[in-house]
Amino acid sequence: MSLAAEESIVELRFPARADRMALVRETVRSAARYCGFDEPATRDIVLAVGEACQNVILHAYAGRDVGDIVLGILRGTDRIVLRVSDFAPPIDPAAVKPRDLSELRPGGLGIHFIQELMDTADFHPAPDGVGNVLQMTKKTGIAI
Amino acid sequence: MTDAIREEQGRLVVELGGEIDLDRAPEVRGLLLDCVARGRDVLVDLSRVTYIDSSGIASLVEALQNAGKGGTTLGLVAVSPAALRVFELARLDTVFAIHPDIGAALAAAG
Repeated sequence: MSLAAEESIVELRFPARADRMALVRETVRSAARYCGFDEPATRDIVLAVGEACQNVILHAYAGRDVGDIVLGILRGTDRIVLRVSDFAPPIDPAAVKPRDLSELRPGGLGIHFIQELMDTADFHPAPDGVGNVLQMTKKTGIAI
Repeated sequence: MTDAIREEQGRLVVELGGEIDLDRAPEVRGLLLDCVARGRDVLVDLSRVTYIDSSGIASLVEALQNAGKGGTTLGLVAVSPAALRVFELARLDTVFAIHPDIGAALAAAG
C-alpha cells in the first residue's frame, strides 16, 4: 500500500487529555461514516482510536507534562487509515503486547482491543525521530 | 449523563448511561465501589450506555472482584449492543452474569 494512494480526510491535533476524547471520537465517527462504514464497524473504529489515544495519555506521556496527539485520518481505495502520533519518548514496539485474557483483572485490554478491531495495527518510525506513530487500518469491504 | 441508583427487592440497581471513557471511568468506579461496599447484591443496568472502553470495563471488573471478596454479587442488566461488543471482545461476557432485563435478573437472583 503506497502512501500516495491515500487521501487525507482530516487531521486533528489536541492535548493528550481524557476530557478531549469525546470530541475526538465524534470526529472519528463522522470520518468512518464518510468512508462508508456501517454502524457496527464505525463503533469498532471509534473504540480502537479511543484505546490508542488512551494508551498515549496513560503510558507514553505518563508522569510527564502533557503533550499533544496528532490524529491523521486517511482513506485508501478500500480502507481507512488512522495514524496516532505522539511526541513522547520512543517506546519499544516489541514491549507493547496484549495481556493474557484468562487472567481476570482490571486494565490492560487496550492493545488487545485494537488488534481485534482493526485489520492492521503497527508502530511506524516517527518522521523526525521524535515520538511514536501507531498506524491502524481497516478495510471498508467496498472500493471507494 | 446522570447515573441513578435505586433499590429493587433488596438489591441495588445502578443505571449507567452515555459514554464511559477514561474521563468518566473514575466517577463510575467510585459509584460502583461505593455500591458494592454497602454489602448488597448489585445489578448494573447498561441499556443506555452508548460507548464503553477498557477504562470503563476495568471499573466494572474491579467492582465485580470486590463484590466477590465481600460475598455479594454484581450482575449486568440489559447490556446495550455497543457495550456487549466490548464485553465480548474482552472475553468477559461469560465472566459477568448478564441478564436481559431487570425482571430476569431479580428472578435469577432468587
